[in-house]
Amino acid sequence: MNTLPLITGLGLDDIVAWRPDGPRRVRDFLADAEALAARLPAGTTLLNMCHDRYHFAVGFAAGLISGKVSLQPASQSAETLARIRADFPDVVCLCDGDFDPLDLPRCDFPALSTADPHKVTDIPRIPADRVAAILFTSGSTGLPQPHRKTWGRLVANGRAEAAALGLERTPHTLVGTVPVQHSYGFESTFLLALHGGCAFWSGKPFYPQDIAAALDAVPRPRLLVTTPFHLSTLLSSGIDLPAIDQLLSATAPLSAALAAEAEAHTGAPLHEIYGSTESGQLASRRTTDGAAWTLLPGVRLEQDANTTTACDGHVEGRVALSDVIELLPDRRFLLHGRHADLINIAGKRTSLAYLNHQIAAVPGVVDAAFFLPDEEAAGGVTRLTAFVVAPTLDSRQLLAALRPRIDALFLPRPPIFVDALPRNGTGKLPRSALQALYAEKTRHAGR
Amino acid sequence: MPEALPPQTVDALLPEVAALIVESLNLEMAPEEIDPDAPLFGEGLGLDSIDVLEIALVISKHYGFQLRSDNADNVRIFASLRALTAYIASQRTK
Repeated sequence: MNTLPLITGLGLDDIVAWRPDGPRRVRDFLADAEALAARLPAGTTLLNMCHDRYHFAVGFAAGLISGKVSLQPASQSAETLARIRADFPDVVCLCDGDFDPLDLPRCDFPALSTADPHKVTDIPRIPADRVAAILFTSGSTGLPQPHRKTWGRLVANGRAEAAALGLERTPHTLVGTVPVQHSYGFESTFLLALHGGCAFWSGKPFYPQDIAAALDAVPRPRLLVTTPFHLSTLLSSGIDLPAIDQLLSATAPLSAALAAEAEAHTGAPLHEIYGSTESGQLASRRTTDGAAWTLLPGVRLEQDANTTTACDGHVEGRVALSDVIELLPDRRFLLHGRHADLINIAGKRTSLAYLNHQIAAVPGVVDAAFFLPDEEAAGGVTRLTAFVVAPTLDSRQLLAALRPRIDALFLPRPPIFVDALPRNGTGKLPRSALQALYAEKTRHAGR
Repeated sequence: MPEALPPQTVDALLPEVAALIVESLNLEMAPEEIDPDAPLFGEGLGLDSIDVLEIALVISKHYGFQLRSDNADNVRIFASLRALTAYIASQRTK
């Protein structure tokens, strides 16, 4: 049986995590994981909702050594939790904060002061073909879709990312502003530590001042794992930043201007990661070097008339990508945007078809169409708008009716009321007509 | 926390903070339409985490102090427009 270690690239006395009370060595981490594994209830799945990145990591490792699969949903809505309960009847929810798991059995992250790190003599090995994690996407219908990840592929993903970012030669301390449960944070703050020789900061800083404090709490070289939105806010805040040695961004396209500003402000090279929950990370680029992406080691793209498919390397199976891609020589490619129906705002996904279905179901709405403008907002996040024909409703009533139906991120900002939608002869709404209508309406609004 | 501030100080600042929120979040409503005591998240204005960072940025620019999420009062600070305004009044440096 082919097995791979829980941690590669770090020895038992290397530091794997930094917490506010100091560093945790690999042996401390493994002792904590074994102590937790002994306390976890029986069962084959673990819903690990820990906020603290170190607690998540200990929970994941405890699950791994006791044969439990880590479930990592995209949302924490009641509907998602009910679905997980139905699909995984023995699930236990590991929590370290005020998270409400509703009717799921709850296991509070315990105090682990009894663990003895000196009894740890080796790093456990895990079968490479065992499913270690199931990551969920929200799916265009709103139902969570499972994506199974075997341990071997997760290890390969961490190593490939470390190689692409040059971290194998120079391990960094990872400070992440993104949650560890979602694919980007999971790969770039957790796998990158375990299999890229790095250590991670246990917190998840949010406000600019939090990010500065977290960076200050860990040794250099430091890698800030973040998103275009957090980065934009951080730079706009104008606060003094501790030294940053590398910047990493994903979840949404980063403008060349923001990338250049970030590099000028921090003196650190900025890399972007391209990937998806389904495929894992696929490629990286230094944004200021140009638009082309380079595939991570081992990964391959195949193309037919309509679809680009990722395979090989750490990709599980064959994954059709939802982006329009132009292949270039030398394992490089260009991204030409997503297929028109898919929406990604701050890393959360949905489809226009789903949103249009929801708004059409609101009493009083005669006709409506969501619309994502072409322009890029200054803050790095473009918000949706919606054209609405609803003579009896005002904006507040419409939003109140939409709120229970769709995630707040996707609420129209703002809804634009019109007398009729520019439908063509076949009843379709050409995007060009909506873009023209958007330009006309926002110009009239004086913006 | 801001309990020590005279209520009229907070009341006087409410319209300005409401206007900042409406402007920075591109909400299609008049500032005075925000109920000062309604929750800013979920049922009330329905703000999300992106909105919180936007508001935090505007607050730091206008009032000269930084929000920190290790502040135990964070949930209370963003509980309502009035709570947020009271916090700003107690922390502002300009």
